[in-house]
Amino acid sequence: MNSPKNILLMSRRAPYGSSAARDLLDIALTCSVFEQNVALLLLDDGVLQLLANQDPQVIQQKNLNSLQSSLSLYDIEKIYIDADALEHHGLSHSELHIPVTLLTKIEISQLIANSDIVLTV
Amino acid sequence: MASSISELLDDEGYLRNLSDWSEEIAQHLAQEKQIQLTPEHWEIIYLLRKFYQHYEHSPAMRPLCKAIALDLGPEKGKSLHLLKLFPGSPAKVAACLAGLPKPDNCL
Amino acid sequence: MTTLHTLNQAPSNVNLMQSCVGSLQPDDTLLLIEDGVYWLLNTHRAKLPAALKIKALRLDAQARGLTPLVSEVDLIEMDEFINLSVLHNKIVSWF
Repeated sequence: MNSPKNILLMSRRAPYGSSAARDLLDIALTCSVFEQNVALLLLDDGVLQLLANQDPQVIQQKNLNSLQSSLSLYDIEKIYIDADALEHHGLSHSELHIPVTLLTKIEISQLIANSDIVLTV
Repeated sequence: MASSISELLDDEGYLRNLSDWSEEIAQHLAQEKQIQLTPEHWEIIYLLRKFYQHYEHSPAMRPLCKAIALDLGPEKGKSLHLLKLFPGSPAKVAACLAGLPKPDNCL
Repeated sequence: MTTLHTLNQAPSNVNLMQSCVGSLQPDDTLLLIEDGVYWLLNTHRAKLPAALKIKALRLDAQARGLTPLVSEVDLIEMDEFINLSVLHNKIVSWF
């Protein structure tokens, strides 16, 4: 068995308008099943994926908040967001559904540099 | 009874609708898999149904063990315990008996 | 002649919104749909001309967790979308 890789999954797309946010979570859960180290990084409109109080049943979609709540059961604890993006949307920590770590641009570049594999959806 | 239940199942033997589930259906599905349901089975089955309501998907093995350990104690969350109750692939077999869809991310 | 403009992209697509806003006449209405509803967040809304008539689909805002964060008066139901479609002479989609 090869040693686990540090996999960084990145997204800058808003949820529901495309399948990107859902794909990100599906890939994350699958990587966890294969016992890889997974981190999520949300940039630009991607931070909107974590807004609390989503109710997408009204547009016949599954609730991403529900899947996001289960990330810790899959041992996915590293959830990073671009602090500038959150500020750009006029949002704060408290409006997000799960705990996250805010990163500066420099920290983001280091995170990418230190990951074995980076996937963007 | 048997024929009416089979109409509720998909090609792989999983219930098509969560709401069609009943204890009778679980009994029937268990019988087909030669599993004799005990209280230890039922607590997992009900926990799985609660998991699905909360997280909107059927768990793979690892999160299932973790969720069980959190709720029913660490002994019950061991994969060996689950393998004894639901031989083969516990996450798949237990999801089937609980009337959930087949787990997506299951090996 | 009035036009109903619909826009369905999130705020990172600034160019799309600029083109759209630049094409509006005073009596036109801008309807935000799908990911376009994020433009209702105060900080983005403030960048749009104050006189603009802006509406957004409630279902799309509710789905995305926006209803606690945006102004109630801007949200419309599906039947109102149909009304707007009939009241304006034509519809232009920005996507």
